[in-house]
Amino acid sequence: MENKVSIYDKHTRISDNVLAFLVQFCSILAVGILIIIIGYIVIRGVPAFDFKYLVSVKSTLKKTFGILPNIINTIYLIVITLLVSCPISIGGAIYLNEYATNQRFIQIISFTTEILAGIPSIIYGLFGMLFFGEFLGLGYSILTGALTLAIMILPIMSSNTQVALNAVPPSYREAALGIGATKWYMIRTVLLPSAMPGILTGIILSMGRIVAESAALLFTAGSVAALPSNWLTHIFSSGGSLTIQLYLEMEKANYDYAFVIALVLIVIVLVLNYLAKWITRKFDVNKVD
Amino acid sequence: MSNKIETTNLDLYYGEKHALKAVNLNIVEHAITAFIGPSGCGKSTYLKTLNRMNDYVDGVKITGQILLDGEDIYDAKVDTTVLRKKVGMVFQQPNPFPMSIYDNIAYGPRIHGIKNKKKLDEIVETSLKNAALFDEVADRLHTSALGLSGGQQQRLCIARCLAVEPDVILLDEPTSALDPISTLKIEELLMELKDRYTISIVTHNMQQASRIADYTAFFLVGEMVEYGKTEDLFSFPKDKRTEDYITGRFG
Repeated sequence: MENKVSIYDKHTRISDNVLAFLVQFCSILAVGILIIIIGYIVIRGVPAFDFKYLVSVKSTLKKTFGILPNIINTIYLIVITLLVSCPISIGGAIYLNEYATNQRFIQIISFTTEILAGIPSIIYGLFGMLFFGEFLGLGYSILTGALTLAIMILPIMSSNTQVALNAVPPSYREAALGIGATKWYMIRTVLLPSAMPGILTGIILSMGRIVAESAALLFTAGSVAALPSNWLTHIFSSGGSLTIQLYLEMEKANYDYAFVIALVLIVIVLVLNYLAKWITRKFDVNKVD
Repeated sequence: MSNKIETTNLDLYYGEKHALKAVNLNIVEHAITAFIGPSGCGKSTYLKTLNRMNDYVDGVKITGQILLDGEDIYDAKVDTTVLRKKVGMVFQQPNPFPMSIYDNIAYGPRIHGIKNKKKLDEIVETSLKNAALFDEVADRLHTSALGLSGGQQQRLCIARCLAVEPDVILLDEPTSALDPISTLKIEELLMELKDRYTISIVTHNMQQASRIADYTAFFLVGEMVEYGKTEDLFSFPKDKRTEDYITGRFG
């Protein structure tokens, strides 16, 4: 016997609805937490904020507050860290992806990379202090801090670059090699331009990590908040980043100042994230306009 | 009628897999030679040995000899850049670079040291004309090649290949990803190009082989079973396996 079913017989599936509600709730929760944190920092930070803080130096004697040295130190840290880690991580990723043929070697490297990425940053700080600070004699300095951060972000940047290189279609490589390009010419003219948005995004997100890092800097770059007397030798002197200053203000219960710094940090991180998105779109060679 | 490429006792292994078995085959100058056979028969593998694109495959081992104009292409002295300038390749999927149409064509000449803007302009125009694409793209040479249709992209790849003035053009199922009209255009193009170039084409499509190829070779599980003038091979196959394949009994 034929069992006639009308397509109008709509069954309400309770389990579907419950699940739909749950996943919706989770996504709202995730966004909600972000909004609450940012909102709280804005509410506490904005009333205490004054633009002159951005361009002045903290003085205990004059009882003034300012974070210009911390901003400068943070910029120093970003620039030096990237100068050290970009060539190493991008070069290493190119080697692993395009040249290395020993599968075992590649596996060992990617396994170590994953482990390195999971090490708590304070351990990097400890290592940086002992190796760069003590053993190499760099002491508490911006250079010690930057070298430590460079090691810390190396695994993330390298695996990010590898992902970007892997996303380039193999047919591009074939086309270039098939027309007589040497491997390096192919990498320079086809592979890197195609992978560039991904690589740049990784670099910017790494900048975010540098800006946000505190534990690894505590023992390495130190906490001095003084304007550089010499732009070059400044890298050999101790310099506290924004996050370190935030920590110090919290410690002394100067919550207003702490929230001012937090506000500045949040703005920097949001700007960096937006920049990452913008660059991905802007430099995408695979889009057709 | 002379031989451009002479292959003697070519064996190729991918690790343990014996992918080409004692292949002996000559490719005639200024003619189209088609390689047919079922998937995995070794026809593409053979094509790729002719400009050493198999060099990049892990664990590949090649014995035997392939002579191009009497020179052994697997000799240790060979510069693969020069070899691939002489023996160009067009792939199954159209693979233009994510660059402008102009830069795609100029890519090869630039590798081989041509920097002069006027000279490059000239090469780009001639190559596109020879690939019967110029009229369609003349007004947008500096826009992304990825905006072209599949058929146009494949003709662009042929133009890119022509731009380095090769002697031999290898095509690996160049129309299998294209619609019938684009396929026809490319077939017409190849017929025109064979006066100036030696062309080898791998194809799944036996009608295509019989339409355009002067010579056809039939491959089966790594063996080159039969080779001859296309009309002979399709009308009077000598080997039972060839006959079974071209009459559609398998494959």
